[in-house]
Amino acid sequence: MKNLGPLVPLAWTKSTSTDKAHLAESKKGKGGDVSSRDKSKSWFYTDVVKEHFFNPQNFIKGEVDESQFNAIGKVGSPACGDELRVWLRVDPETEKIQEFKWKTFGCGSAIASTSITSVMVTENGGMTLDEAREIKPQDIMERLGGLPERKFHCSVLCDKALRDAINDYYRRTDQFDKIIKESSRIIDPVSKVTDSDIEEAVLDGAHTLELVQQKTKVGLGNPGCLPAVEELIRFYKEKYFG
Amino acid sequence: MKREVYLDHAATTPLDPRVKEVMLEYLEDKFANPSSFHSQGKEVKDAMQDARFQIAGVLSCRPDEILFTSGGTESDNLAILGYARKNKSAGKHIITSKIEHHAVLEAVIYLEKKEGFEVTYLEPDRDGLVSAQQVEQALRKDTILVSIMYANNEIGTILPIAEIGNMIQKWRRDHNRPELVFHTDACQAAGYLDLNVEKLHVDMLTLNGSKIYGPKGVGLLYARRGLKLQPLQFGGAQERGLRPGTENTAGIIGLAKALELAQKSAKKEVERLTSLRDSLISGIQKRVSKTRLNGHATQRLANNVNISFMDIEGEALLLYLDAEGIAASTGSACTSASLDPSHVILALGLPYEVAHGSIRFSLGKITTQEDIDYVLQALPPLVEKLRSISPVSVDEKYFN
Repeated sequence: MKNLGPLVPLAWTKSTSTDKAHLAESKKGKGGDVSSRDKSKSWFYTDVVKEHFFNPQNFIKGEVDESQFNAIGKVGSPACGDELRVWLRVDPETEKIQEFKWKTFGCGSAIASTSITSVMVTENGGMTLDEAREIKPQDIMERLGGLPERKFHCSVLCDKALRDAINDYYRRTDQFDKIIKESSRIIDPVSKVTDSDIEEAVLDGAHTLELVQQKTKVGLGNPGCLPAVEELIRFYKEKYFG
Repeated sequence: MKREVYLDHAATTPLDPRVKEVMLEYLEDKFANPSSFHSQGKEVKDAMQDARFQIAGVLSCRPDEILFTSGGTESDNLAILGYARKNKSAGKHIITSKIEHHAVLEAVIYLEKKEGFEVTYLEPDRDGLVSAQQVEQALRKDTILVSIMYANNEIGTILPIAEIGNMIQKWRRDHNRPELVFHTDACQAAGYLDLNVEKLHVDMLTLNGSKIYGPKGVGLLYARRGLKLQPLQFGGAQERGLRPGTENTAGIIGLAKALELAQKSAKKEVERLTSLRDSLISGIQKRVSKTRLNGHATQRLANNVNISFMDIEGEALLLYLDAEGIAASTGSACTSASLDPSHVILALGLPYEVAHGSIRFSLGKITTQEDIDYVLQALPPLVEKLRSISPVSVDEKYFN
């Protein structure tokens, strides 16, 4: 009953190019690790994702003693389905990350991507804050051996929380010039849609202007901004989907 | 020891071997097209007519009031799109509820957005109930269709269909509005509740095979005699031209058998499952803190348990359960094409974080007390594990 034969999840054909081995591995599973509510689509998680999902690393159990850390980051809210908090202990001398602890409210990919990020930034003596800031969603994804396309937003959440914590460290150490504000830019003053809204829409699978408009209503009352919107869609498509 | 526990019967049920048995004949030897003009064709046609009579007996309707379709979604679509389009000259107002299945909701949304209909979406109460009074207050001179489900697929609440139907019948008489009709989606109710269309006072009713241990890909729409529908597809005279295409004969015969068996065992099965259901609910409430039972406590399908586990996300718990051999379903839609959580739980007036943490366990014929005990033993540590890594704390006013 476990083996339903050669199911190739569509999501993978686009989103992963790196790890063919795990793909073959995934095919052995039953109808997918995750499926949509209408059961029309299913996805597989890689073994690395499963390992970090079932045995997450570096999370904080129970109450957090914040005095043990010198940087805190937070992103998301339970309303949108994911909330992530991270606590860092940064060595003031080297500015390397000694500890990355976290808590998350989220699905399997959110838990796994946070866990693997905690390993990535602390292994081999720890990354410097500058190095850690450079971590991109794709890097996390690569270490996980890929995530279903629908789950991209989870790791995006994770690198955002990390950068939020890094800013917090610089704030606490009065290095204000090093704080990088991740401000979003308003693209359409009428609908108040920002570049990050468009980024989010593209990540959610809206790869055409029409689909992005369905999600964000950008430009509906202000067609003048549409060329800029199309530009951004191309940019984010390139960035995340290659 | 690890078991395989299937608690997703509301998604679909396994095929009853007795149903499979009667179907096989029509997949193998008796394969002829029932529209064909030869004795083999006639034999299949007769068997299909027998199935129609059999089902008519269960529904207390006439055989020619049954239209066979490809399943619940098509039946709902045919009822709503078919009736609204055919009768729009009589009015363009439709009433439904916010907790309907998407097969109903998306059809009425389509009519609203693309075909100029007006739709009233009734808000259920905290338990998922919609009252006859609420429907009555929403009725207008130009209302042609009311569609309210018999029992909700996510939270199991049983809606007062007979009362609503009765009220609509009376309103129709008093206001001389013969065009006003009442449709109900009874897919989740079959096998548990009375399907007598006379007692329910419904004009249209949707049923399918895949929730009653019958085959998938087959369903039916009961449509009262005289009621006019516009077909959704064209190309043949089957089902009086309202549903053209060669009939799924084996499926139809299987559906009739499944329905017969389901109604025969309904009383005993409801009793047995109600007790298992309540032992699962009370067991979870005893062993796991911070939960909420979604849906009505007693006006509830015998096989439905829907619980929100606060502070955690449903999909994560689902995957942990799956690793223990337990197949359940999330109310949350983190995995679906939209990130929005269950529209049903949100319609109960509960916040997003409560909706995100909901899990549905739906019991069935194969469920035993041992299965329930296994879940009760496996579940609490999984919830605790996820809670221990969660930064969220849901307000206690949402527990029950």
